[in-house]
Amino acid sequence: MPSWATLMSQAFNGLALGTLLALVSSGLTIILGTLGVLNFAHGALFTVGAYAIFVIFQYTSSFLLALLIGSLFMLALGLLLERIIVRLFYDRPHEDQILVTYGVGIVLVEALRTGFGSHAQRVRLPSWGTGVSELGFMMYPTYRLQLIGMVAALLVTLYLVLYRTSLGLIVRAGIDNPGMVGILGIDVRRTFMIVFAVGCVAVGLAGMLYAPVVAVSPDMGASFMAQSFVVIVLGGLGSFPGAVIGGLIAGEIIAITSAFNSAYSEVMLYGVMALILVLRPQGLFGSEGRV
Amino acid sequence: MSLLEVEKINTLYGDSHVLFDLSLHVEDKEVVALLGRNGAGKTTTLRTIMGVLAPRSGTIRLGGKPIGGLPPSAIARIGIQLVPEERAIFGSLTVEENLRIAALTAEKPWSLDRIYGVFPRLKERRTSLGKTLSGGEQQMLAIGRALIRDPRIILLDEPFEGLAPLIVRNLVDISRELAAEGRTMIVVEQNVAAALSFADRVYGLNNGHVVYEGSAAELRQKPELMTSFTGVGSHAAG
Repeated sequence: MPSWATLMSQAFNGLALGTLLALVSSGLTIILGTLGVLNFAHGALFTVGAYAIFVIFQYTSSFLLALLIGSLFMLALGLLLERIIVRLFYDRPHEDQILVTYGVGIVLVEALRTGFGSHAQRVRLPSWGTGVSELGFMMYPTYRLQLIGMVAALLVTLYLVLYRTSLGLIVRAGIDNPGMVGILGIDVRRTFMIVFAVGCVAVGLAGMLYAPVVAVSPDMGASFMAQSFVVIVLGGLGSFPGAVIGGLIAGEIIAITSAFNSAYSEVMLYGVMALILVLRPQGLFGSEGRV
Repeated sequence: MSLLEVEKINTLYGDSHVLFDLSLHVEDKEVVALLGRNGAGKTTTLRTIMGVLAPRSGTIRLGGKPIGGLPPSAIARIGIQLVPEERAIFGSLTVEENLRIAALTAEKPWSLDRIYGVFPRLKERRTSLGKTLSGGEQQMLAIGRALIRDPRIILLDEPFEGLAPLIVRNLVDISRELAAEGRTMIVVEQNVAAALSFADRVYGLNNGHVVYEGSAAELRQKPELMTSFTGVGSHAAG
């Protein structure tokens, strides 16, 4: 039985992982819900984000400035990928969409491997994120606390875009019934490029913020990719609240199980997913018969 | 020149031919009813006019301008608005958001208050999610979404289907008021009596062909004329 202190610190680790998974999965789920494309390059885009901060943070002393430049880079990459590749596959079968995005992912990861090598490399912590914080009941790394706060702020921003803007209105309606959005005079495909790019920025930012916690390596996105699939199934395909709640649940399951025996953390995650799917086949926040 | 002219359209679902050289026209401020059995091609006609289905041949003109082959979003912006049979309410949006998204691309949208004036029930439920509405409320919202765009023609597909008699009476009254205000509409309805109560003119459809054209007043007096396309005559009007 792990100590109380270990459990508490794992609960915080779970929160950090959970918010990151929520951000990664939000990007995945709004792209899936709106475009109908399951983006298998999502894990690679997480890695690209991590390498973006690795490179940019070497040239500027400001972590926040590096995040901003990295986000603009992810935005540009997202727009480019949608325009030159993904757009050509909207009318193709889902298998083709999966194959082409999987291929894009391989190209991105191998490009990183060629450019930076396969070995893991450190990204230094921002100057304001070093050391540990005294929480009264335990000590916890300062940057991890800041990470939770920053990701939470990004999730709130994404919420405001989705629930307080006309673009968000179109995205949410498009997830419900894209055909009817068209019948109401809106060319839903015009929003596809923006949604894909927003999804890329979301997952890229997750990679950037996570980079100082672990070392960056070309394959770091793979486990996030698999876990974010579990999250969107758990939460309900295409549902933003589902991605957030599902992400937090998945993060805690992995972290708390690891406190007992880390070998079982993934087993527990898939076990809980199976259980939820038996009880609610559409996921926690999914609507029946969609996507 | 009629407001809407449909000339000899042929529409197919995959390999199956549904509409055969179908022609009809709708004048400004006129209400036209399409009547016929299930599978006669009524819904297909509306979906073809809206651009959801592309006609294989034939022409569709609104105000003299051809619109055949345009996507639904372009046709909606020109001023044709389909209220689909399944209502297609956005379930995860509130009532008010459903109305606001409908108004987004309209040139001169109605105010929300004007819609709530027509459907007071929608005002009471304006913060409710679409998926929590009753069938009647969904239909009000579906019609409200069309009205808020102030379109030149509304296409109503089975607006009274599956609703309680009291709700149907309420919706028929509202349809009658809209007709009296000079709104142009095409209505497809199994409830022949309800449709005839506010239509000016009727097309009878059978197996994708127009088999009858006449005034609604004439059919109200001689329901036996409907046998060619409903098969049940006076019974259907009861």
